[in-house]
Amino acid sequence: MTAWVETVADPDIATLRLGGSWRLAHLASLDQDLVAALARLGATPPRRARIVADELDQLDTAGGWLIVRTIRALEAATVAVELQGARPAHAALLDLLRGSEAAPCDPLPRDHPWLRLVLRTGAGTVHAAGEGARFLSFAGAVTLSLLRQLLRPRTLRLTSIVHHIEQTGVNAIPIIAIMAFFIGIVLAYQGADQLRQFGAEIFTVNLVAVSTLRELGVLLTAIMVAGRSGSAFTAQIGTMKVNEELDAMEVIGLDRLAVLVTPRLVALAVSLPLLTFLANLMALVGGGLVVIFLLDIPTVLLLRQLQAAVGIDLFVAGMIKAPVFAVLIATIGCYMGLQVEGNAESVGRLTTQSVVVSIFAVIVVDALFSMLFATFGI
Amino acid sequence: MAAPEHVIEVEDLVTTFGATTVHDGLSLRVRRGEILAVVGGSGTGKSVLIRAITGLLRPKSGSIRLFGEDLGALDDAARQSLRARTGMLFQDGALFGSLTVAQNIEVPLKTWHRLRPGLLDELAGLKLALVGLPPAAGSKYPAELSGGMRKRAGLARALALDPEILFLDEPTAGLDPIAAAAFDELIRSLQAALGLTVVMITHDLDTLQRTADRIAVLVDKDTTIGTLGELRANPHPWIQAYFAGPRGRAAAGGES
Repeated sequence: MTAWVETVADPDIATLRLGGSWRLAHLASLDQDLVAALARLGATPPRRARIVADELDQLDTAGGWLIVRTIRALEAATVAVELQGARPAHAALLDLLRGSEAAPCDPLPRDHPWLRLVLRTGAGTVHAAGEGARFLSFAGAVTLSLLRQLLRPRTLRLTSIVHHIEQTGVNAIPIIAIMAFFIGIVLAYQGADQLRQFGAEIFTVNLVAVSTLRELGVLLTAIMVAGRSGSAFTAQIGTMKVNEELDAMEVIGLDRLAVLVTPRLVALAVSLPLLTFLANLMALVGGGLVVIFLLDIPTVLLLRQLQAAVGIDLFVAGMIKAPVFAVLIATIGCYMGLQVEGNAESVGRLTTQSVVVSIFAVIVVDALFSMLFATFGI
Repeated sequence: MAAPEHVIEVEDLVTTFGATTVHDGLSLRVRRGEILAVVGGSGTGKSVLIRAITGLLRPKSGSIRLFGEDLGALDDAARQSLRARTGMLFQDGALFGSLTVAQNIEVPLKTWHRLRPGLLDELAGLKLALVGLPPAAGSKYPAELSGGMRKRAGLARALALDPEILFLDEPTAGLDPIAAAAFDELIRSLQAALGLTVVMITHDLDTLQRTADRIAVLVDKDTTIGTLGELRANPHPWIQAYFAGPRGRAAAGGES
């Protein structure tokens, strides 16, 4: 079944004859026909117009809209319009549509691409500045809350802290150990290859030991923990926020910082240094195996070289960063969780953001540490 | 008038979740052009029934016919084209959060028809006006709307394709009495103007009173169907408790 419209343009009275199935399926062509018909009538506007609908078989709201739109357009051009021959059901539908104050929805505003770029840059800058200020104030509030709890150790939530140490520390042992072991192997292989050219294979030991103990052990562990636990913190707290659990805590009178944030912070500050120690150890084992079995260097020689290469200050220079990174990751993870708005989409977005920002922060702070150590000649 | 034509025929429907049987040999026939309300206690499978009819859930056994076509026997393409003839309003609207209200209404239109953007915006505006939302609501995102407005927007999307059957999942739940009464009125007038068949789940006794032509009560894993008057006379204890309980009497009192 098709749909059609016939126009008879008479200087006195114009006739629009409608017929067929005026439904969504034929809407696109009807729309074109009507626009064309109106354009033709518009050239020499008649005084009156009649719309004859006696051959109209089917009509839905979309087809009805086209008719109503046409009547409105004609009336706007001071043409008196008369509807003839419509079936009662069709007339009722048309009455309903004419009575409604239907107006086209505004299309989405589209700015010029350059303008959009400027707008986005501006909005991004303002947002980042506000975010920075909010994060600082959050960090301050967490510090105060932590100090208050440390002054009265009874208020520390021990069960929660132990639970989070298990989640972030104990459960991370296998993945951290295996990762560090392979990092040690990779470093030793690459180092041995280069150093062999100078006949200085033995210095592979120095390379692996110094780079892992000082930098890579703690850095890679922190990145792993940011991806594993920082994201989990954001998702956990964010989900609680979506479920209004945070509001429930507030109403009950629980301090959300003391309940949710400080236990995670303390737990991570315990776990991350221990994991770093494990990672250092495993990287040395991995590198050592390569040195012993690939370079055929006896174990005694390896250990003597290691002892000469590594002092306690080197070990400390690496380890001292671990709790700092832990505080960074935990604070950012919890902060992002609290920024979640009431929908599931925002949990996902902020979890991603949490990982990206905390890894970025860890690397920046690591660079600051390097500058600091260089200044003091450590 | 000839015998009423049935647009939905459910026969011997059995649905189970694990060891729990929700429907056991349920049958239901919905006439063209009527408003049928589905009521029942929590967990009696009202939503499950609608999900089975709309094809969101596969029943364990039994047959469901929409417009005379057996859902189980259709291939995917045929089932998809049946979807264009039905619309569904989910409990909280289920609007797409990343799209504006107008874009939400345009999604079904774009899925099934090729129309120029200007015409799409006109149709979206028309649907908004039909459900009683101002044109400005079109450019808002669902998160910016109140619960009642989200329901209306969801209804506008459900009506986008001028469906023959409209499914409503608790259309008035969470609305204040005035908004709920307005929504009842809206459903009634749309049904009359567009000749819709409406199947709605509701707990709202006032809505039952005002809008429903017939009521299907889900008890004992099957349906008992009738007009409000017939059900009031039904001796089944749950049906008596439902319609003759304090709230049921209060809702009925408003009419007499």
